[in-house]
Amino acid sequence: MAVSEETIRKIAHLARLELTEKEVQTYSKQLTGILDYVSQLSKVDTTGVEPLVTATDMAVNFREDKVEPSLSPDDLLSNAPDRSGNLFKVPPVL
Amino acid sequence: MDFEAVIGLEVHAQLLTKSKIFCSCPTAFGHGDNENVCPVCTGLPGALPVLNKQVVDFAILTGLALNCKIQKHNIFARKNYFYPDLPKGYQISQYEEPICLGGKLTFLVDGNEMTVGVTRIHMEEDAGKNTHHGEFSLVNLNRSSVPLLEIVSEPDMRTPKQAGEYLRALRSVLLYLGVCDGNMDEGSLRCDANVSVRTRGAEKFGTKVELKNINSFRFVEKAIEYEIGRQIDLIEQGQKIVQETRLYDPDKNRTVGMRSKEEAHDYRYFPDPDLLPLRLSDEWIDGVRKQLPELPYEKMNRFATQFGLPRYDAQILTQSRDLAQYFETAVKRSNNPKGTSNWIMSELLRVLNDQKKEVADSPVNADQLGDLVRLIDQGQMSGKIAKGIFEDLAAGKFSNKTVEQIVKENGLVQVTDTKAIEAVIDKIIAANAGQVEQYRSGKDKLFGFFVGQVMKEMKGQGSPTVVNDLLKKKLKGE
Repeated sequence: MAVSEETIRKIAHLARLELTEKEVQTYSKQLTGILDYVSQLSKVDTTGVEPLVTATDMAVNFREDKVEPSLSPDDLLSNAPDRSGNLFKVPPVL
Repeated sequence: MDFEAVIGLEVHAQLLTKSKIFCSCPTAFGHGDNENVCPVCTGLPGALPVLNKQVVDFAILTGLALNCKIQKHNIFARKNYFYPDLPKGYQISQYEEPICLGGKLTFLVDGNEMTVGVTRIHMEEDAGKNTHHGEFSLVNLNRSSVPLLEIVSEPDMRTPKQAGEYLRALRSVLLYLGVCDGNMDEGSLRCDANVSVRTRGAEKFGTKVELKNINSFRFVEKAIEYEIGRQIDLIEQGQKIVQETRLYDPDKNRTVGMRSKEEAHDYRYFPDPDLLPLRLSDEWIDGVRKQLPELPYEKMNRFATQFGLPRYDAQILTQSRDLAQYFETAVKRSNNPKGTSNWIMSELLRVLNDQKKEVADSPVNADQLGDLVRLIDQGQMSGKIAKGIFEDLAAGKFSNKTVEQIVKENGLVQVTDTKAIEAVIDKIIAANAGQVEQYRSGKDKLFGFFVGQVMKEMKGQGSPTVVNDLLKKKLKGE
């Protein structure tokens, strides 16, 4: 299954990655190879088999609706490149 | 050409849990910036989500109230996109297997019954809040991971009015269930509308436009109205409708297209590997079913039959659970459903509206209102005196006293003593010889004048029935 250069550009954009033309070609080849290898799995006859979401039989765990202490704003913001008061300051969005 | 609109609504309801959907941070409003956060809701590496059981209970309850099929197996999915208010780079939502499918909601539109299909309900987390300041934007993550239900309707509505009534009815159900506070101004209830138009009778839908940002109740109908007009104009000019997302601008009352780039969504949903599938047992679902209260539409129909009220009255009285409860309590005292309904609709709701109060904080309690209605019915109090007491109660006087105490303590006891009333009538007749003459020569209308004079003299405390009877006799010269 060929992963076209156009597809590579699209998923790079969705992941906000900037690629050179050379990288686009390289990844197109590499991802095509990976998908071809994995596609062997589709040879298995899965007629009548339910799609699998997880490998275990376990169901989700719950918590009760109780409030516990949170992080302090200073701890949260300690890794932020920039802040204004207790808010994250980021490049303009709009 | 004759056009009709096709409208479907997507409603986001913030759930009234104490803590967030996947972590133990508080959901409460009014905390300082970035104070309600932890490694989970800010997407720090290695932090894992743990599902809040109350969110699932609320989702099941809402699904049952809207006649949905509750899915016993459902999964959480990641919706991937980048925006600074979304710290993980994805929103945990539900996609292919949501918790509720295939329901419906019945309500009245201009007195006629209408049923709108509910396609699905799913659970998801809210994003944080950005504010934009030109050179930079600021991010507050207090709302990040606050639990939401997304309730998607079928495209069953044809007019803005129907969409507005659907939204009101849905809000009312959510309030009855106690799962959402329904406050659109604060964003705990949000509405997006899918709008398209087609020539009347056509089977195929037109191209739909998604309206976002309808953040106030009054704007829902206006925004849809505008958008329908815009689409019809375009078609009549021979242009094509573009499938897009548009924002409603309430100041200018128009919709504006968002740049297509922002719109080029490709969410790449996939099951969230951090959360195992959610499995619901019959016992769990049945346990929640037992918590279902009587819902607004059922209650309205019951009020109409049990109390013989017009549907209009019943609809208003059942708008909120508290108001319905108020009515039922008051009726027990008054034993007069229509009289009680009239007093609530014309007097109580006016006072609450003026004072911007909820029923629960009403300055006039249900027993007091019921007693006033009863005392008028029993001829023990004139409507005028009752209204006076009501206004005093509304102004905060006599709080917590029973109407009987108030009447006694303020000398408002109705005068039924015929001697006393006769004396007043004699006085009025003597003072108005001219009118008496006219009345006796056939001008019946003057009767009201005499009643008014007598009541005025008695400061409204004369028993209306006794005054009427005696006055008639005396005027005839008996």
